[in-house]
Amino acid sequence: MKILVPVKRVIDYNVKVRVKQDQSGVELNNVKMAMNPFDEIAVEQALRIKEAGDADEVVLVSIGPTQSQETIRTGLAMGADRGIYIEAPHETEPLSIAKLLARVADQEKPGLIICGKQAIDDDSNQTGQMMSAFLGWSQATFASAISLTADNAIVTREIDGGLETIKVKMPAVITVDLRLNEPRYASLPNIMKAKKKPIDTLTAEALGVDITARLSILKVEEPAVREAGIKVSSVGELVEKLQEEAKVI
Amino acid sequence: MTILVIVEHDKGAIVPATLNTITAANMLAEPIEALVAGDDIKQVADAALQVASISKVLIADSGEYAHHLAENLAPLIQQIAPNYTHVFAPATTFGKNIMPRAAALLDVMQISDIIEVISQDTFKRPIYAGNALATVQSSDPIKLITVRSTAFDAAEASGGSATIESISGTGSSQLSEFESSELSGSERPELTSAGIVISGGRGMQDSANFAMLENVADKLGAAVGASRAAVDAGFAPNDYQVGQTGKVVAPELYMAVGISGAIQHLAGMKDSKVIVAINKDEEAPIFQVADYGLVADLFDAVPELDSKLS
Repeated sequence: MKILVPVKRVIDYNVKVRVKQDQSGVELNNVKMAMNPFDEIAVEQALRIKEAGDADEVVLVSIGPTQSQETIRTGLAMGADRGIYIEAPHETEPLSIAKLLARVADQEKPGLIICGKQAIDDDSNQTGQMMSAFLGWSQATFASAISLTADNAIVTREIDGGLETIKVKMPAVITVDLRLNEPRYASLPNIMKAKKKPIDTLTAEALGVDITARLSILKVEEPAVREAGIKVSSVGELVEKLQEEAKVI
Repeated sequence: MTILVIVEHDKGAIVPATLNTITAANMLAEPIEALVAGDDIKQVADAALQVASISKVLIADSGEYAHHLAENLAPLIQQIAPNYTHVFAPATTFGKNIMPRAAALLDVMQISDIIEVISQDTFKRPIYAGNALATVQSSDPIKLITVRSTAFDAAEASGGSATIESISGTGSSQLSEFESSELSGSERPELTSAGIVISGGRGMQDSANFAMLENVADKLGAAVGASRAAVDAGFAPNDYQVGQTGKVVAPELYMAVGISGAIQHLAGMKDSKVIVAINKDEEAPIFQVADYGLVADLFDAVPELDSKLS
């Protein structure tokens, strides 16, 4: 079985984002970029499935500006086998991304697609579900445990009230949550090896997908800044402030 | 123009986030209809009929909707959505699971997690864990929208006089099946709609120590939350997690205990009205957003707080 893992290049999660002066977006120039943390978890899971003998190839796909190929290299250094890169503007919407990925899946015919539940830049949480709909496959979102049988995946999902376990038919799209696994670091030999692994390039036109945006971003602004309040010196003072001043207890 | 709201329900009751979603939909000042889909849902349907500002309740009472499986619900939404200009659902794990699938079937770009309705095609939503707010305009003929419940008040659950209409099911996709669930089932208020939330972080050191927070929570009628670090360490269950990828809360009072205040955590609670931080590290970033900060060892401060509230 082949596993397809879409990976996105985003601002590193440790970086404090800055909104551009002209309110057209956030500053991406000279900012440290990295693989979306949820996608790292997806790559790790795909590698573990391969290592357990349930898959024979892990293929990464990234869609975005040229540097997205570095994100593919990061995943190849973790142990994935090869990459597919599709050039597109950074802002390409989940709807278009999902269409592109579905076309790649038509060509590659994976038995499973594993992806992050959301990207930490636009926080949309849509791509996996949309891709699953376009393919007519089953979906299991927010996975915190996955086990595979011949025809099914048993997936435990993190939901608002706790945990839920569902059984989905393969092929499936699984979107992963934080607690599924802890991604590995790439070793130096694997980083060297990754440089020789192939990355194919595709275009939206060749895949026959119109990626025109449906949402236009009119403005991006900073949220209101919350001012630090005061320090209290004791629990007694805290209780008094909450009762007398803030009147919240 | 008519708007459809997807009703999330659980154990015969409307999930509170649905009422906040109705308020968001009501900002457009157009008639609102509600879809209740499930198995054996008379009680929920009756409750939906009572909600003020709903003019009609559509009932899809059929076995395939029993466990809210996206593969079964999305085709139902796809089938009825063309009768509406907007479809709203809460941005809960329920809404996040089903709505993008329905949006894809309709070839519509969903607008996720809105915090403000600006006009019938323009909405505000947080990006980058709430460190930026984007105003977006949709050109799609039908707008599919999920709503951040903490950004809108709850609609009145009574006083309504809706009509009712049964609609037939769209059948089972046969793609997925519910197996089991493990729900926390706490007696305390639900995290995202609680008036007071007390959360613990890595500083709690152990799951047993969360009992200290639970004692305080019970005295205040509060919900208990946790930071990602505390959940990852196994101190608290996943559904306690407050933050960018967990739950977003905005109570009257949020108490952060032993939480350093990573931006991903702040994303989930910084719109709270009053924030209290208790942390022994006076440099902890949580103090930069706290209205009242107490630099103290939580193992002294929390029991003292507990006794002062008695």
